[in-house]
Amino acid sequence: MAFLLVIGTRKGLFTARSEDRRHWEVDGPHRLDPEDYANMMGVYAVGIDPHTRRILAGSESSHFGPSVWFSDDLGATWSEPGEPPIAFPPDSDTSFARVWQFAFDDEPGVVYAGVEPHGLFRSTDGGESYEIVRALWDHPHRTDWWPGAGGAAIHTVLPRRATADGKDPHAVTVGMSTGGVYRTLDDGASWTPVNKGIGAVFLPEDSPEYGQCVHKLAVAADGTFYLQNHHGVYRTADPAAGWTSIADGLPSDFGFALVTHPRLPGTVLNFPVISQEVHLPPDYRLRVYRTDDGGGSWRSVSRGLPAEPYYSIVLRDAACTDGADVPGFYFGTRAGDVYAATDESEEWRPVTSHLPDVLCVRAVEV
Amino acid sequence: MGATVFLPQALRTDSGGVAKVDIPLGDGGTMPLGGVLDELATRHPRLARRIRDEQGRLRRYVNVFVDSDECRTLSGLDTPVTEGTEVRVLPSVAGG
Repeated sequence: MAFLLVIGTRKGLFTARSEDRRHWEVDGPHRLDPEDYANMMGVYAVGIDPHTRRILAGSESSHFGPSVWFSDDLGATWSEPGEPPIAFPPDSDTSFARVWQFAFDDEPGVVYAGVEPHGLFRSTDGGESYEIVRALWDHPHRTDWWPGAGGAAIHTVLPRRATADGKDPHAVTVGMSTGGVYRTLDDGASWTPVNKGIGAVFLPEDSPEYGQCVHKLAVAADGTFYLQNHHGVYRTADPAAGWTSIADGLPSDFGFALVTHPRLPGTVLNFPVISQEVHLPPDYRLRVYRTDDGGGSWRSVSRGLPAEPYYSIVLRDAACTDGADVPGFYFGTRAGDVYAATDESEEWRPVTSHLPDVLCVRAVEV
Repeated sequence: MGATVFLPQALRTDSGGVAKVDIPLGDGGTMPLGGVLDELATRHPRLARRIRDEQGRLRRYVNVFVDSDECRTLSGLDTPVTEGTEVRVLPSVAGG
């Protein structure tokens, strides 16, 4: 069995392949189109379809705008839909800026794209064409959703997830910056904010109904939700019932990325950042923190990471797991370094270094 | 006779490799720049979305010159294009 790691950066798409997850062959930047301009585009989102192994890449050219590219041969060749894959309807007076996350439904062919600005799009053809989820775009709260510093985006989409109890085919939960967590239980026809207990230090109220700046949502093996906020780390079995802080024990409650273990329910990795004012790692050391009891306690799992000062952080989609039986964990930094921990030893090994800023990573067994 | 749209190298993947496209202007011999780009879009749809977004607005860092003037210094997409006009699509000094 081989493994493929797809790495989206500010300057193009890279891939890394390995038979043993210790030694990696890195390739890139990939030529998405025959001319040069597309190869230097920022790749802000990548997704790997669990049903087909199709790779989706959400690109943004500073000159020629955003698009979606797809590869059906694990990155060897790339195609772009003939029609604009994602476009806001004419009456929105809004233009698609970039994809922030692809999320795959259990139903083959169904793909969600959380985009900037604040749009959720749904595809039924494997990610080549999309329709806007209109009720969320038309939500009366939308005019109060602000852009975070990174943009006004729906950045996390959890198809079929509403509570830890199961996978509801009519449910979707999304996280946005800013706006908070919203969910639908009726196939997207109506949406409800579910942010009770999540702080919003930049708003007058401590815990408003909505308006939180959620940075990342993740679901654990038992369905429990974990959330990294703009200050605050939380857990809940049911977002509608409210969120519980689990930030005690972390060097900072600020951060972007959060990864859950695919098999162990209480195990989560966190990548702390000093604060909203200082986007550097605490103590200027690249460190990963892990809990094995659902956030009751945290410890540094940073063996193998640089011992010297490090001044770069992990962005919200730049950490992932490959979901293997013995899962591998991966993350990339804005300094272009990518690490993997693949044998439960909690030791990180370099995959590659000196890439452009890493924006997103996704890994899969192939 | 009509107007000629010149394309930068970076966009020729989306024009089938051609560097210039002749656009007839119809009986009146004139057409707004937006109409010329609409005509271009019917021939090369993927090219169109590199130049304008889904609301028809010029992308921020794409410049369209009508003869020697960038269209934003004229009347934008309403700038009249007449017979023999050379329209040049050029990436602006930006990006990286």
